[in-house]
Amino acid sequence: MSSSPTEPTSTTASSTNSPSEPSDRSSSGPSRVALIACGAIAQPAADAVARRGWAIDVHPLPPLLHNRPEKIAGEVADLAATLLPKYSQVVVGYADCGTYGALDRVCDDLGLDRLPGLHCYDVYAGAREIQSLMEEQPGTYLLTDFLVRSFARTVERELGLDRFPELLPDYFRHYTRVVWLAQEPDEELSALAQAAADRLGLPLEIRPTGTSGLESALGALIGRSR
Amino acid sequence: MTPDEILKGLYDETLVGNGPRVLEMTNEALGMGMEPQTLLFEALIPSLEEVGARFERGDFFVPEMLIAGRAMAGAMEVLRPLLADTGVETIGKFVMGTVQGDVHDIGKNLVNIMLEGAGFEVIDLGVQVKPEKFVQAIEEHTPDIVGFSAFLTTTMPMFKANMNALEKAGIRNEVIVMVGGAPVTQEYADAVGADGYAADASATVKRAKELLHARRTPVPA
Repeated sequence: MSSSPTEPTSTTASSTNSPSEPSDRSSSGPSRVALIACGAIAQPAADAVARRGWAIDVHPLPPLLHNRPEKIAGEVADLAATLLPKYSQVVVGYADCGTYGALDRVCDDLGLDRLPGLHCYDVYAGAREIQSLMEEQPGTYLLTDFLVRSFARTVERELGLDRFPELLPDYFRHYTRVVWLAQEPDEELSALAQAAADRLGLPLEIRPTGTSGLESALGALIGRSR
Repeated sequence: MTPDEILKGLYDETLVGNGPRVLEMTNEALGMGMEPQTLLFEALIPSLEEVGARFERGDFFVPEMLIAGRAMAGAMEVLRPLLADTGVETIGKFVMGTVQGDVHDIGKNLVNIMLEGAGFEVIDLGVQVKPEKFVQAIEEHTPDIVGFSAFLTTTMPMFKANMNALEKAGIRNEVIVMVGGAPVTQEYADAVGADGYAADASATVKRAKELLHARRTPVPA
């Protein structure tokens, strides 16, 4: 997955221009949509776009922004400013994602719509399911396919556990289980999910979600106009 | 090592979170006859304040904060009983807890360390603290301040439930209420009727001192 904030990850042949070329609508085209996507969902979003044949270019932002959520709204605003002149519609592939309303304020200011819910977990599994999981066990640690695949980098390294393994109980002592919201489970991912749970010393539960929730949410986004 | 070298070493090793070395030097300093207050106020607290400043500047991140906090907490295990024995009065008593339904306590624990370092006695009720447990702890410990911590937008409403429990028990005016946590804002704190809010651990200490001072300052007739 590209970590470039401006390079589309999914385009059709007609949309290969660089977003750095200002106001060139000839290739992006007034009928195309730009999706500013969290790097953690950019690939499944691009896959959904390809499956459905939507005229969407996916512009990912770095997934590690999730560890500094206070920066997400600003990064989205900056990228949206470069994309708005080039596209008929710009939509935001983030839920609230720990911005606690800051992203909504950016969306309101710029007339953008975003994915529903508090986190991508809501998008994949549905807000009611997530609420139910947390009510069952408040100490539920959620993983998605992206987090399973990138656990060493996005969780262990970012929490400093590679440098300070003694911090593990500081972070996880109150957690009681890992729930993997599995989009496309396979043998390799299952092994990685189990390894992640083992690393945290927690039991693993697998809840298959597929990607239909994300696909529906994206469809709703591009079908909506403000 | 000279006392100055000890103090500098304690400061430096706390800053980088070298817990074993901090503990070792604390014991060495006490063995040399250095006062626990000296170690606390001239090395450990300044070091943790520097950690907080680096965090605010973006030079340090949560792991660095935590590892430094752990180093200081190790030293405090040794110093706490000695400080009590020397009759050093705490500047106030703080009951702290993460609200019901929420297991997040990293921020709360950092606040606790900073509060303790600043001279507060901290009684930590842990996580998933029910309103009635807050009430019980306030009645038992008669703190100056109670702190409610929440990390989730879904658990923030427990602040109001806790406030209602304090009201119902008739102890709301007996204690200063502070709230905090990642999603919390001053507006939300005001909306639930809290007395104080702070955005981070350093700010919590400052605000707690301000609120305490205001509570203890006689109102002119």
